[in-house]
Amino acid sequence: MSIDVVNVSKTFGGFHALDDVSVSIDRGRLTALLGPSGGGKSTLLRIVAGLEEPDTGRVYIDGQDMTSVPARRRGVGFVFQHYAAFPHMTVRDNVGFGLRVARVDRATRTRRVDELLDLVHLGGLAERYPSELSGGQRQRMALARALAVEPRLLLLDEPFGALDVKVRAELRAWLRQLHEQVNATTLFVTHDQEEAMELADQIVLVNAGRIEQVGTPEELYDHPANEFVMSFLGATTQLGGVAVRPHDIEVFTDPVDGGIQAMIERVVGLGFHSRVEAALPDGADVTVQLTRAHAQHLELRRGDIVYLRAVAGTAIPAS
Amino acid sequence: MASRLLLRAGALGYLAVLLLVPVGMVGYRTFEHGVGPVVDALSTPAAKHALYLSVVVAAIAVPLDVVFGIVAGIALARGRMPFGRLVNLLVNLPFAMSPVVIGLALFTLYGRGGWFGDWLVAHGIGVLFSVPGLVLATAFVALPFVVREIVPVLDELGTSQEQAAATLGAGPWTTFWRITLPSIRWALAYGVVLSTARALGEYGAVSIVSGDIVGRTQTLPLLVEERFRNFDDTGAYSAGFALAVVSLVVVAAMTVLSRRKEHP
Repeated sequence: MSIDVVNVSKTFGGFHALDDVSVSIDRGRLTALLGPSGGGKSTLLRIVAGLEEPDTGRVYIDGQDMTSVPARRRGVGFVFQHYAAFPHMTVRDNVGFGLRVARVDRATRTRRVDELLDLVHLGGLAERYPSELSGGQRQRMALARALAVEPRLLLLDEPFGALDVKVRAELRAWLRQLHEQVNATTLFVTHDQEEAMELADQIVLVNAGRIEQVGTPEELYDHPANEFVMSFLGATTQLGGVAVRPHDIEVFTDPVDGGIQAMIERVVGLGFHSRVEAALPDGADVTVQLTRAHAQHLELRRGDIVYLRAVAGTAIPAS
Repeated sequence: MASRLLLRAGALGYLAVLLLVPVGMVGYRTFEHGVGPVVDALSTPAAKHALYLSVVVAAIAVPLDVVFGIVAGIALARGRMPFGRLVNLLVNLPFAMSPVVIGLALFTLYGRGGWFGDWLVAHGIGVLFSVPGLVLATAFVALPFVVREIVPVLDELGTSQEQAAATLGAGPWTTFWRITLPSIRWALAYGVVLSTARALGEYGAVSIVSGDIVGRTQTLPLLVEERFRNFDDTGAYSAGFALAVVSLVVVAAMTVLSRRKEHP
């Protein structure tokens, strides 16, 4: 299912959560809504789900205007950050809730729930209660519950936010795989750029109620629309009025055309690569990253004078 | 150390003087002449009717308060109530107001010359000195308990479970029965127990609207008072003891329920 959000604004009290936002999400894709906390990405997701109503603007799902359709008729699966498990129901009843509401007969329900539990690797835990599951298991249960109604659209709000690092990494790989299997359009919210880069086909970068950029992870990383996008997706440093990634700076020991003179303050070996910290004549610090082999080849030492130049096409004007 | 002991002794002594000794005395005076007189006193037609009436009134008033309490509690906790703060204040009013004043207020409204009184009398509907009046007075004094118990639980519960149910296709009614109600069930039960205890024990408001007609509008607490005034000590203590037993059952139920409330 494709999603089109058109000129959507939403305020809470006096706070502009979303300010005239328009974005289109292609069908079948795994898309990340990425951005800092409080930037409006969760609000956008909740508006698509119908859990929040926009003050102005429209939401289209597959070309159909869904703006005033209640959440229960939108055919979306929603996974909450803190699982929103039904604590008084077993795992089986949690997962089967949507089918039960849709009056699916018991035999079909049992079969579907068993299939889903296998899919999320919770087979055998059907009769447990949510309080008897780990965080990761609860999140997978919530996912199975959302998938039970065969949603056209799967929406996940910080799905791994409350989990520890190891479980997170596991679930990430597994979500990617699941997305291919169930063939739904998937949209997930995250503030973790690494998670977005690793998982998503497409990233929508949301900040301060506006959309900064939409594109593939490579597009955003290699061709950021502005310094905010560049710094949100990875390390940046400033060199002579431009913002550039530390690994996109070339180091020369002799003057070169366009090179900026700097004095090395520190060389730090970090395994495969080295980090060089240097000071420009005006006192500004600049960080350069290069492979250790290259750094050794150049024989960089503290106090050396070097000439730095951004690789063509990698720098953007600094704000 | 010594000061802590002193505090404890003080608290226990206070409880004993104020509560344990008097209630114990009621028990002692009740069975002073053995079980026989107690059984006799409680099986007079007036006593039987008083017990029956107290139960009937509670059985009508408490469900009314439960329905109101759930509706008002959800509306207050979910912020969908216009003038929510005012409603919150009004719900607490029966806690703060003397029941006698509540009785007087009902009397003014439903009595002869009252706003509804003349119309009701003209149409042959009796509110005062009959069961409807008793129910009204009782429902009024027991009103806050369910609301006060369920609102904090609803606040803590948040809305994400209800929203999850909505995204799974559940309408508001299904969500209420399958998600909200099971989540508040222990708090609700606690509120019901408190309301029931209050309803069965209510004296002040009921004494004004009842007219205290023996065998017709006399509830158990009114019976206690009437027997006491007529120097029928055994009768008064027996009925009083019956009420005290109800309280003990309530306290036991509360203890069990409050444990369930904390560990659902």
